Order: sequence, then C-alpha cells, then structure tokens
Amino acid sequence: MSAEIGGPLPVLDHLDVKMPPGSFTAFVGPSGCGKSTLTKLVAGLMRPDEGQVWLGGQMVKSPRATVGMAFQNPVLLEWRSILSNVLLPLEIVPNKLSKAERTARARDLLALVGLSDFEDKRPSELSGGMRQRASLCRALVHRPEVLILDEPFGALDAFTREDLWQTMHRLRAEEKFTAVLITHDLRESVFLADEIVVMSARPARVQYRMQSRLPKNRDLEILYTPEAVEMLATLRRQIRIAQGRAAA
Amino acid sequence: MTLLRKILVPLAAMLLFLLFWEWLVWAKGWPDYKMASPSDLWPAFWKYRWLFLENGWQTLWRTVAGLLLAVIAGTGIGMVMGFSRIAREGLYPLLVGFNAIPKATVVPIMALIFVGEHDFNTIMIAFMISFFPIAVSVSIGLSTLEPEYRDILRSLGASQLTVFRKIALPKTLPEFFGALKVAVTLAFIGTNLMEIVSPHGRGLGALFDSGKISADYPLMFAVLIALAFLGIVLYYIVVALEKIFAGWAERPQG
Repeated sequence: MSAEIGGPLPVLDHLDVKMPPGSFTAFVGPSGCGKSTLTKLVAGLMRPDEGQVWLGGQMVKSPRATVGMAFQNPVLLEWRSILSNVLLPLEIVPNKLSKAERTARARDLLALVGLSDFEDKRPSELSGGMRQRASLCRALVHRPEVLILDEPFGALDAFTREDLWQTMHRLRAEEKFTAVLITHDLRESVFLADEIVVMSARPARVQYRMQSRLPKNRDLEILYTPEAVEMLATLRRQIRIAQGRAAA
Repeated sequence: MTLLRKILVPLAAMLLFLLFWEWLVWAKGWPDYKMASPSDLWPAFWKYRWLFLENGWQTLWRTVAGLLLAVIAGTGIGMVMGFSRIAREGLYPLLVGFNAIPKATVVPIMALIFVGEHDFNTIMIAFMISFFPIAVSVSIGLSTLEPEYRDILRSLGASQLTVFRKIALPKTLPEFFGALKVAVTLAFIGTNLMEIVSPHGRGLGALFDSGKISADYPLMFAVLIALAFLGIVLYYIVVALEKIFAGWAERPQG
C-alpha cells in the first residue's frame, strides 16, 4: 500500500506486510518515516491513495469497531472515572451486552492490569503508567481483532515502561488480538514482538524483517540473553542504515 | 471548617472594606453629596425598599434573559468557528470589530430601531455585550481538541455528533464556564447601560437616574451597592453550576 499526504512525496511506498491473526508485529524506523500514517491506515481513519488494507478477509474502507487504539498520550476523559473511561468503546460499538456484563468485562480487564482499586478514581489522580494501563483496557474492552499501539509507552520512565511491557504480555495471554506496535524503542520491540519490521526513511518501505527467536513466555531477563542481544545489534544496524548513517 | 472559612473570610473582607469606606468619609469630612458613607446607605435602602425590590427584579430578569441569549448564540457561533477553519478565519475579524464598538453608542441606535420595546432593547444590549467571550472560549475549546481524542472514537465508527456529545462538549465546559463568569458581569453592565442612557423608568439603572435627577446621592450609591450585590449573586450561581457540571476540572489543591 502507499499513502500520500500533503504533497507529491509518498509517505508509505509499497509497504507490503502480512500479519497473521494473533501475531504481534512491531514497526520500528527513523523519526517521521510514516509510522503513524500506518496506524491511521490500519484503523481506517485514512485511506491509501494506492493499494489496500485488509483485515480478516475484509478490505478496510472506513473505521471499524474491530480495532482498538492506544497512543503515547493516554487521552483519558478527565470527567469520567477510570471504569467509565474503559467502558467508553462499549457505548459506541454495537453490542448485545447488558450493563452489568459491560461493567464486569471492564472490571476484569482492570484487574488484569492491576487497577482494581482505582476504578472510581479520576484519571488526574493516577500516575502516568496507571493511566496508560487504563488506556490499554479501553483499547481492548470491546474485544477488537486488531490492537494498534502507537508508541504507547514512549512517555513513561524506564521502570514503568518495563512494568507495562510485562502487563502487555499478560494481556496477550488472556485476550485474543493481533497487535501492531509502533515504537522507537528497540528493546521494547524485541521484548514484545513476534516479528519486527524495520521501515526505511520516507517514503517508507519495508527495509528489513526479523522473526523473533525468543520463546513465547518472556521475562525481562530474556533481554540479556545472547539471542536478544544479537537481535538488538542487528536491529540497531538496520536503523542506522535507514537513517542513512551506514551503508546497506 | 472549610465551609465556615469560605463564608467568613469574604464576609470579613467586605466588612473591612465598609469600615474603611466609613472611616475615609468621616476622616475627610465629606458631605453625603460628595461621597455617601455606608451608614447613609441603610436609610436609603429602607426608604426605597419596594422600589429596590421591583427595579432590582427588572434588572435581574433582563440580565439573565440577555445572558441566556448570549449563551445560546455564543455557543452556536463558537461551535461553528471551532469546527470549521473557514468560519473561524471569516468570523473572527467581524466578531472582534463588533466587540470593539462601545455598546454605549449602540444604545441610542437600538432605542431608535425598536422604539418603546424597552425589555427587548435592554435584553439585546445585555446579550451583545456578553456573547463575545463565550463564543471565543467555545471556539478555542473545540479547535484545540487533541486529534487523538477524536481518533479514539472515530476509529470505532462513531459519528461526528457522537464525538461532539461524548468528548468535545464536556471537554469544553471548563472554558465555557470561565467565559460565563466574565459574561455575567458584562451582561449587568449592558442592562444598566440601557437603563441609564435611555431611561424608561425601569430597572436599577432608572433608579440611579432618578437619584441623580433629585440629587439623592445616598440613593445613587445604594443602587451601585445593589448592583454589586446582584452581580455577586449571579456570579456565584455560575460558580455553583460550574462545580456541578465541570467540577472534574478542578485540581485538588496541594
């Protein structure tokens, strides 16, 4: 698929990526290479000028309820409690759940990310990491097929970020979704993803693809194993090539 | 304790102000035609209590009517400007220009166009002077909505209307109430402008005017205090509404 915005230079160019159901794919690349454009295309918020986006056998032409999104900014609604924030998608997406069932679903998710005691708090009363956890719950509450993560941990401090990576693994074990992660953090991509796609500078193409060699069950220690270190080194080299700082 | 403080502290401040005023007039030896003192005001209030009640009511309801109109029109204009960049660019200079016109000059025009429609004229001036801050704040509130907020709902297939109802509207409420507090006092100025500049015998402005004609200075000062009182009451009604509808925007004080 290709997309053009605001000029003749395409943002994405022949970016052909297939993501099998249930997989976790991370996209890394230099700043401004069009990663956010990619999320908008997958979410149906933007249509490609050329090419197509397919989700589960259907072409994406407009936004669809089978997508959940989380951004770097958790964008929680300050006037709602945490529980009510998580419930928001169920107010939009058509569903047959009763009010009690919706609340139960939201509570389950909040428990999964460790926010049970904060259901009735306002977002302003929570720390950045907690808000991002709530944002993840909101993105998943309507059981989306695709979870789009646009640098969701980018603004957090290193320790909180690692906590949330582990939360992400917990969510993956309990919920069924195909994840698309946009990130600048190579360690994050190695720790979370099954497949890592390095995008070139604009117009972004697939420059390099890497299948994870790490086992499914991961804890933070795994980042210090030789496999992970080697993956990181390869990715770092590819990023430098994408930035134009090293020869291919 | 906090409630007591919230009531006692402003009351004490007011009392100090009145005492200072009384002392100043006494110390300077001003006669009441130069500067009435608070102790002159009570007799004036008592003497004209029925006039105060009747005219105060006239001023109050026309101010509130003008304010309601300003809320409706201001929110409407603000919404148009908030959602459409073309409307924003087109309307802003027009609005600023209109707002820059001293409303005192509009009073005789209004009085001529709608001869004898005193209530209507007064409400219109109150409206014209107070809708501007509301329109501006609503438009800024809507146009500065972060795109992610919109994307969250739009990616689920929500309509523009749903996005407005669930996000844009509540998110703009704090700005709206901030503007409404300014608009409340402006609306009083508008009402009284009409009542004083184009007298038709109704409202506190008219009472002020009659005090001027009969050289009853304590009465004039009493009117000013009555206006201040009404202004405070209406302002705190807005504060109460703000607490109910936009209380979430208040940060806990550290």
